[in-house]
Amino acid sequence: MHELLLAAGGPGPVSTGEAIAFWILGPVALAGGLGMIFSRNAVHSALWLVLTMLSLGILYMVQQAPFLGFVQIIVYTGAVMMLFLFVLMLVGRDSSDSVVEVLRGQRLWAAVLGVGMAGLVVGAVSRALTDVQTANLNGPNANGGIGNVANVGKLVFTDYLFPFELTSALLITAAVGAMILGYLDRHSKGTKHTQRELVEMRFRGEYARPGSLPGPGVFATANSVATPALLPDGSVSGESLSRLIDTTASEELSGDVTSVAGSGVAPDAHALVPGADRSETEENR
Amino acid sequence: MTPTYYLLLSALLFTIGAVGVLVRRNAIVVFMCIELMLNAVNLTLVTFARINGSLSGQVMAFFVMVVAAAEVVVGLAIIMSIFRTRRSASVDDSNLLKY
Repeated sequence: MHELLLAAGGPGPVSTGEAIAFWILGPVALAGGLGMIFSRNAVHSALWLVLTMLSLGILYMVQQAPFLGFVQIIVYTGAVMMLFLFVLMLVGRDSSDSVVEVLRGQRLWAAVLGVGMAGLVVGAVSRALTDVQTANLNGPNANGGIGNVANVGKLVFTDYLFPFELTSALLITAAVGAMILGYLDRHSKGTKHTQRELVEMRFRGEYARPGSLPGPGVFATANSVATPALLPDGSVSGESLSRLIDTTASEELSGDVTSVAGSGVAPDAHALVPGADRSETEENR
Repeated sequence: MTPTYYLLLSALLFTIGAVGVLVRRNAIVVFMCIELMLNAVNLTLVTFARINGSLSGQVMAFFVMVVAAAEVVVGLAIIMSIFRTRRSASVDDSNLLKY
């Protein structure tokens, strides 16, 4: 297999183990990327991306970058992707992608563009870099001597010191920005109005009416919610009735209507006068 | 096999990420596709560091990781606040500039 791989790619400074690792992890990374695109569920997408990032991290280690490989696994798959999963569980787990295309033929054109772009870049890179002499990272200023991590640290704190300081400003800004965007202030002014502010807003006309709606009429003769309140001029206030009453069949409310209008059987006005009913009750005894 | 193959792999991964940004509608998945593109570029940087025999490419990949981490934090916070006001994480629903 080694000879076959070498024959396919030409002579190179790649060992057998690295070739095997590449031909296993490369397709796994590609499969992770494709799975991320094609899975409908966003959580499945995140897990496919974790697979891609893990295999990329191992590929970094294979390529003489063990520090970046471990940072990839710890920061990307460990922190970033778990943050993604947290937000997915909070926000978008239910919102799986709709099948409806908002733009006509968008998926088709995206696929055409992807295939074309892949063909162009792959063709250009494979044509341009056919006979590249690979200077592996074995010199004393690279991985040799004190090792990869110490060399990277030396570069970061000497040649790249200013960009490194800038990243600290960037991280602080990102942390503050995330706090501002994510903070939900329930107690400050503006989110909840006080009673005084509400009254002033009502009389300024920001609500439909300054007061509350009138309640249903409750009289001595009827205490049903279907009884409308009477306005001072004696007319019926339509606002005092619930919308439900309007949709109720009029036969069900006819009893209330007659009692309010006074056309039905009225209660006896002399019921509490002493002596009026006594003869009747004595006869019953 | 030469290290060029890594560049081809990263080109394919970048293309997959770009197509994902164009196709997917969930804002968080779009964001993950952007992460995939950043990872593909990181693989390119690491490979070029090896081809050139210099560690500068690895340091650049390290900086890309730092920037990506900051970007993820802010981007997810933005998605959260959009979801809070619009109750949706779909990029189709965020069309307030449309009219």
